Amino acid sequence: MNLDVRIPLGWLLLVLGVILLFYGLVSSPAIYAKHSLGSNVNLHWGAIFSVIGAAILVIARKKKS
Amino acid sequence: MHSSLVSPLLAVVDGGSALHLELAWVDYLILAIYFSFVIGIGWILRKYLKTSSDYFESGRSLPAWICALGFIGANLGAQEVMGMAASGAKYGIATSHFYWIGAIPAMVFVGIFMMPFYYGSKARSVPEYLKLRFDEKTRAFNALSFAVMTVFSSGISMFALAKLLNAILGWNFHGCIVISSLIVLVYIYTGGLTSAIYNEVLQFFLIVLGFLPLVLIGLKDIGGWDGLMTQLGAYSAEKGMPGAWSSSWSHMGDAAANPMGVEWFGLAMGLGFVLSFGYWCTDFLVIQRAMAAKDMNSARRTPLIAAIPKMLFPGLVILPGMIAIALFHTGGSAGLALPVDAAGTPDYNMVIPAMLSKYFPNGMLGIGLTALMASFMSGMAGNVTAFNTVFTYDLYQNYLKKDATDAHLVKVGRLTTVVGLIISAGCAYLAAGFNNIMDMLQLVFGFVNAPLFAIFLLGMFWRRATGHGSFFGLLIGTVSAMIFHGLTLPLGEATGIKGGWLSGAAHAHTFTSSMAQNFWMAIFAFVSCFVGTAAISLLTRPNRTDDELRGLVYSLTPKPKEDALTPWYSRPATLGGLVLAATLALNLIFW
Repeated sequence: MNLDVRIPLGWLLLVLGVILLFYGLVSSPAIYAKHSLGSNVNLHWGAIFSVIGAAILVIARKKKS
Repeated sequence: MHSSLVSPLLAVVDGGSALHLELAWVDYLILAIYFSFVIGIGWILRKYLKTSSDYFESGRSLPAWICALGFIGANLGAQEVMGMAASGAKYGIATSHFYWIGAIPAMVFVGIFMMPFYYGSKARSVPEYLKLRFDEKTRAFNALSFAVMTVFSSGISMFALAKLLNAILGWNFHGCIVISSLIVLVYIYTGGLTSAIYNEVLQFFLIVLGFLPLVLIGLKDIGGWDGLMTQLGAYSAEKGMPGAWSSSWSHMGDAAANPMGVEWFGLAMGLGFVLSFGYWCTDFLVIQRAMAAKDMNSARRTPLIAAIPKMLFPGLVILPGMIAIALFHTGGSAGLALPVDAAGTPDYNMVIPAMLSKYFPNGMLGIGLTALMASFMSGMAGNVTAFNTVFTYDLYQNYLKKDATDAHLVKVGRLTTVVGLIISAGCAYLAAGFNNIMDMLQLVFGFVNAPLFAIFLLGMFWRRATGHGSFFGLLIGTVSAMIFHGLTLPLGEATGIKGGWLSGAAHAHTFTSSMAQNFWMAIFAFVSCFVGTAAISLLTRPNRTDDELRGLVYSLTPKPKEDALTPWYSRPATLGGLVLAATLALNLIFW
């Protein structure tokens, strides 16, 4: 197969991560007080999604070269 | 298998729940991005598809880790995510038996002992293996029942998804059926099995990363692990089974002492041996993922690598259910509002949607919902890919057009995908109209599946087993399962779909729960099929020469040898041993 699954996987997690990060920055703190015990889950998990996505893309690139 | 053991999703949100999720633009954006990736993968893969082997077997080219995530992803349907959370609430830690005894040992067995025959033989599907090993009629029986089962299972996933989205988001039921089948259609039609497996990999990550925060926030809310144990202790005492929700084995001595209503022997033999091995070692839905691997070592490692996340899944799918019931029990504004029926019994199937609604703000809510929808669709896609392969190779090429060209088979496979999804949608509407029909079908599948492992066990490890033996052994096993069901009844149930239809309520043997009845039915069917197959085999002439059986039977197949350079972690036997040791440790920790 010529498509490495790590490429769409890495991009998906990275894109979703960035969206979560962005939304975590602009959204009102009230929604976190109401739902997630006050912690900004979008910010935290946006960062985690982005880091994992980026790491998968780096690995995919290394394997290719 | 799991679909028939955990509470079927048909019961989802009956009676109109009050639960409603409010989505924001960010949630819709996340959903849209995910589905464009799903479809995009199929679209990109379509240009690499050349042969029917590419379409149905991924050209046998994938590395072990991708097959392993596909293997686990195909099984990680919505029945798993929502059903196991429901069971976690209903039964507590003991639900982990569906993993630590009901899955891992069988996954290790199939990887170490059975994969050499599936992958090493020329078979392209499980029914085709039966044809090579036994005869045509055994294959036909298995291929037909499997094809019907997969289409119906896919229909049930479709129905449950549409019903759920309708209930919690207010989306149009018919629209959900049409859109979900179109999405699955597009990515399977274009990219075949590879597309299904790649999407299972995406879905695996999405489910793990999407539900982990849910578990962590819920656990923090209940006061950590200690807080959870305290609450479950109080809850179980109130239910008259102190401690039953926080232990896996210690309440299994007596069926009346645990909320599952099963005792250790029925559990270990029925679930841990017959049903679990019957599913993981013979169901083409999962075996197909391992057979797509690039070489024998990768095929054997597929279920073994898959076993590693599988043994940790209870933390992801059962724990939310345990947290939910503890929170529900706490009550008040700190508690969790599960929809309840008139008698005050909570609707366990709504555990995950209720937790999503409580703990996820917009943003993560989109992720959680996407993960949930992805799990429904992978359930559909897994069934559809197994269906189109079995139909094309075992039924179409075998009976209708023996001289079909390779390009023709790909066309048939694509057309079968379309037709399969149309029939699935029909089944979804059937389920919407007549709940009983679906219960009935699940029951019939149960009769057919229960004895199945016996003929594989005899076929692979006893060269004297014959074609007549296996076919009539299967029939005997299936009929035995029916008779057993007709003579037994779970406590407090009426005769009919629950059993007792032969004996009548007064004379039926009663079990503490329908789960116990199901486990014992499996044991009974397995033993009848095993004995029947062995006896008939001895009375009939062997229909395969030793030469024909080479590569199909243990004693006539050279053992796969590992290269001296293979590192320890790539050796199936070592890997399998480690997986079993870790599973044993988990059983002891949560004893």
